[in-house]
Amino acid sequence: MRISKLLVAFAALALVLAACGNQEGSPGASGGGGGGSRDLTIEVVTHGQASDPFWSVVKNGIDQAGTDLGITVNYHAPETFDMVAMAQLIDTAVAAEPDGLVVSIPDADALGPSIEAAIDAGIPVVSINSGSDVYKDLGILTHVGQTEFEAGVGAGERMAEAGVTNTICVNQEVGNAALDLRCEGFAEGLGGVPSEVVGVDLTDPAGAQSAIEAALSEDDSIDGMLTLGPTGADPALAALEESGKAGSVQIATFDLSENVLNAINDGNMLFAIDQQQYLQGYLGVLIVTQFAQYGLLPGGGNPILTGPGFVTQDNAAQVIELSAEGIR
Amino acid sequence: MTTAAAQPTDERVRRVGIARLLLGRPELGAVIGAILVWIIFAVVAGDSGFLTANGTATYLEVAAQVGIIGSAVALLMIAGEFDLSVGSMVGATGMIVAIGIGEFGWPVWLAIVAAFAFALMVGFINGYIVVKTRLPSFIVTLGTLFIVRGVTIGLTRTITGRTQVGGLNEATAGDPLAAIFTTSIGPFSVAILWWIGLALVATFILQRTTFGNWIFGSGGSAIAARNVGVPVERVKILLFMGTAASAALLAVIQVLSVGSGDVLRGEQKEFEAIITAVIGGTLLTGGYGSAIGTVFGALTLGITKQGIVFAGISSDWYQAFLGLLLLVAVLVNNWVRTRAAQVRH
Repeated sequence: MRISKLLVAFAALALVLAACGNQEGSPGASGGGGGGSRDLTIEVVTHGQASDPFWSVVKNGIDQAGTDLGITVNYHAPETFDMVAMAQLIDTAVAAEPDGLVVSIPDADALGPSIEAAIDAGIPVVSINSGSDVYKDLGILTHVGQTEFEAGVGAGERMAEAGVTNTICVNQEVGNAALDLRCEGFAEGLGGVPSEVVGVDLTDPAGAQSAIEAALSEDDSIDGMLTLGPTGADPALAALEESGKAGSVQIATFDLSENVLNAINDGNMLFAIDQQQYLQGYLGVLIVTQFAQYGLLPGGGNPILTGPGFVTQDNAAQVIELSAEGIR
Repeated sequence: MTTAAAQPTDERVRRVGIARLLLGRPELGAVIGAILVWIIFAVVAGDSGFLTANGTATYLEVAAQVGIIGSAVALLMIAGEFDLSVGSMVGATGMIVAIGIGEFGWPVWLAIVAAFAFALMVGFINGYIVVKTRLPSFIVTLGTLFIVRGVTIGLTRTITGRTQVGGLNEATAGDPLAAIFTTSIGPFSVAILWWIGLALVATFILQRTTFGNWIFGSGGSAIAARNVGVPVERVKILLFMGTAASAALLAVIQVLSVGSGDVLRGEQKEFEAIITAVIGGTLLTGGYGSAIGTVFGALTLGITKQGIVFAGISSDWYQAFLGLLLLVAVLVNNWVRTRAAQVRH
């Protein structure tokens, strides 16, 4: 008796919850045939963690693309940096039979089989942010992101324009292949101006600062410096201040932070390279949608570069504003 | 006076109705819960792939991965102890396999043996410290949680200069031992069989063996158990070794099937394992619980985790759902247990 009452109560609860879910939930993928206006569903799976402001900007781009295109976009990321969980999220997104899939690929070994299963199931896939080196092998349509070497070249060219004669490239995470590529690109872009790599530890800002100070005093002719991220830029700015070389040594960095933007706005930093990750989210969804609807694909399978974008004193104020809105 | 007074029966052998019998089982709440969340997502997300074979495979896979640890954790919790170090153990043993094969060129069997040996050793240390110092296992294994994770990150970066080791697929392809952990039947991976198999073994131990009785006794009242001759310390140490070994098994399955390992694998798995055991009707205070219930607990968790993806709800909300599920499960289990205790008298 009691058991059956219990079951009835649970069933009723289930129906109520189901009804609620239907109201607030998405319309879901419709199986209907062609036609440009049909309701599309795009699944997005990234490795961006909730605490990372970088990925909030990507997600804002993804959401805006969904709104602008009038389609349903579902965004998923594992709650910790867990590639197994991410592969499971991709499997689930694929099982939901979306019209398109957008993924980031920080670990091609772990995610490759899930992505290939999506492609085998006939789902168009576009990769964003990480994966520029593997997307072609996996059979992904195109990659939207910043290629590190080219971004480094851009930085080197700008630095050379500023008239530097001897430079250092501060690497805050030795062993990260992407950062090595940035320094190599920087050296290439400088076109003959010498550039030495200085390794520092990003978890030890004080140690990083003294290492940079040492490098600057060791060779007095250094007048240009590139850091590879805010965790390198902050101690570098402090080192310049401390050694009285602020203004006489040109400094630039990869990626934005509040400190970096303020330094640029105040004229203490030449420029920052922005990979414009808002566009990675926005274009990723846009491109996969266009392909799903019309079979259109820009770039002929070559990566679509969202960076390097440059933030200089001219546009720093605007970027600071947009950064507050979650677009930069 | 009355004529035929009913013959007084021993309450231990009296007949009980099916309802009362069911109410007395710890897994009842978990079974109802699993069916309930399945119905909810079948209604909400039935048209977006949740009911397909592929959809079923994805939530069974998630359930299997947490369930493999869940069975061992449930046994330990029935014996009245916690193991918070299992998540870190997944990361550590995974890196042992990945570095062994990828960096040192070990054969697959050696990497697996090394991983299990390490796990059993740490499990023994956990258990030994807990039974010898009488410190709460919550604190002891909280310590090992951080020690194991920290040593994993530190050693991995020292040895490889990276935090992720990949490219193992070439080395393990065609290895018959690796196949035991990585085969799949259609969309269903062999991890599901490991999960069910371990749960059946755990159930057999609990219900049919002396050791099973010892587990219940150790958790119910360690002093009373010791007085009737249960080797409580040995039971607990073995169970700690069991949870660590289950973490190693999960790590081996993960690393060999995805072909890479990284130092952060298994984060928060310790909590998910406890949640599956609790949803499955196991009491935090020990002495009461079930391995079959844990299977349904893991199933509930898997359905919820992947179901909200099918339902088109952002996975940002997953942890909120999980916490809610835990609270509801505990309340329902608690209510059912109280009713069961009442009908017995």
